[in-house]
Amino acid sequence: MVRHSVLKLLKIFSFTSILFINFSFVAAQKNDAPQLDMTVNRGVIKPISLAVPSFIKESGANSIISRELAKVISNNLDSTGLFRSIPQSAYVSMPLSFNTPVQFSDWSIINADVLVMGSVGLKPDGRLEVKFRLWDVSQQKEIGKGKQYFTNSESWRRISHKISDTIYTRVTGEGAYFDSRVVFVSETGPKDNRTKRLAIMDQDGANFRLLKHPPSLVIAPRFSPTTNKIIFTGYETGKPRVYLMDLSSEEITSLPELNGMSFAPRFSADGSQIVLSMTENGNTDIFINTLTTGVKRRLTTNSAIDTAPSFSPDGKSIVFESDRGGGQQLYIISTQGGDAKRISFGKGRYATPVWSPRGDLIAFTKIKEGKFHIGVMRVDGTKERLLTTSFLDEGPAWAPNGRVLMFFRETPGSAGAPSIYSIDISGRNLRKIKTSSFASDPNWSPILN
Amino acid sequence: MKNIGLVFFVILLLVGCENNKSFKNSLDKAQISESDIEYFQNLVGDTVLFTVDQSGLRPDAISILNAQVNWLKEKKFLPITIEGHADEQGTREYNLALGARRATAVREFLLAKGIEQDRISIVTYGKERPLRVCSNEECWSKNRRAVTVVGKKIVE
Repeated sequence: MVRHSVLKLLKIFSFTSILFINFSFVAAQKNDAPQLDMTVNRGVIKPISLAVPSFIKESGANSIISRELAKVISNNLDSTGLFRSIPQSAYVSMPLSFNTPVQFSDWSIINADVLVMGSVGLKPDGRLEVKFRLWDVSQQKEIGKGKQYFTNSESWRRISHKISDTIYTRVTGEGAYFDSRVVFVSETGPKDNRTKRLAIMDQDGANFRLLKHPPSLVIAPRFSPTTNKIIFTGYETGKPRVYLMDLSSEEITSLPELNGMSFAPRFSADGSQIVLSMTENGNTDIFINTLTTGVKRRLTTNSAIDTAPSFSPDGKSIVFESDRGGGQQLYIISTQGGDAKRISFGKGRYATPVWSPRGDLIAFTKIKEGKFHIGVMRVDGTKERLLTTSFLDEGPAWAPNGRVLMFFRETPGSAGAPSIYSIDISGRNLRKIKTSSFASDPNWSPILN
Repeated sequence: MKNIGLVFFVILLLVGCENNKSFKNSLDKAQISESDIEYFQNLVGDTVLFTVDQSGLRPDAISILNAQVNWLKEKKFLPITIEGHADEQGTREYNLALGARRATAVREFLLAKGIEQDRISIVTYGKERPLRVCSNEECWSKNRRAVTVVGKKIVE
């Protein structure tokens, strides 16, 4: 049987990533109609076959952690759709020591492309020492250099995520995203009497935790770029208002300058400002608020609904939705103000635009002929691609590497309820995130420090 | 206590009523007082409905609001809050803005008819508080609403 080398697989992958990710910014000719309504439906890529044996147990480490470290790594990489873990039951041997030479024939016989070797030991001071190396089985070569981590034993999952990120970036060339969290709204109760609570979990659904806040309605939490704060909309006063929460103390601060009705806040990439919507006399416009000074500045003055603003990563522009042209469409405006430029022109309504952390794409919700879609387009509005379709798909959120989106999908009818899903921006690999309650309004943190 | 008993009686009657007319007859029989908030809610009508994506007042809304004005003018001491709502067919943020437009349309009407500005608060719930839960026009048409809540005031 002919064996693919990982490098050959990498070539296939990087070819597809040119197709899907590295869009070149050749400006469309003015007369060209933007390409619209393309639903991605491409062939299946052969996943990279992965072996992750349980980590070798050294000096005092417990065997549960040595197994779980490997399991979390397998789950992370499998969840990308780009890797497929070989079940441990198929292995013909297990590594016994971290430093003995790898028996490559034992791994090539089970068609492993990549082998992850790790060890875990307990230091006298109570810290875990975790080491790992990554091997290309057919080339019999190490991919990158081995890494070593020290951590307290409660944080072993984060080490699994960091190792997963290293493997993912070395093999695919894409940015890291596993060592990250998701803040969202946990929902319980019947559709006409929902209780909504702010909640946080790891990117893979582990470590779910409700956050403390008054019992009134809460909406759409968003991370600060330093990941230690969130900003959200709450109804504690009876009206929708924007609040800050410090995640370590769970202390909530109101922003007195944002009186009246305010909602849809998001941080700038440097964390110094928020952009949001405020409603005055029934008219909703976009404002930028500087957190250190409490000074707010109006960005739009249109009598239409201007809402759902999102900063560009360079902080120079805002993408938002407006019905100034009749229906909801997407516009970009300079953070210094001036005229807004419309970027969406397709049939249907466009909403909830979110700028990719890489700056290249804008994700959005599209409503067309009674169906909801999550889609992406380039910042000039071209190359629109719809990734999903259902009764109600809404609110895309970017992974820190700009390669994966989360959103929520609500089922119809009296028992209808939301769940969080993720999808690759190629349109492949739609996955439901397991949560212990209904869940909506996901927002993905940057990579943790 | 008497009023509470009456309300229960009215609710029991309401359950058995097929349409508005027999509902009104039942209320007449229950002899609910015109000054009760229940009278405002059920006989004057505290809710006006809107067309998809619109915040303009339809003729059916205007006739209800005229009746609201008459009742509210007799009750000068009562504050009111107008709650604007949308159906589930829009995105969350847009629906918040749309609910605010609808509540504002009702407020503007009441102000124009002489209801005092400092009595009126408005709030939007967007699609967060559906009245009906089916996912078709029968429910959606009831959820696109503005409700005048008597006795409620939102303090800034």
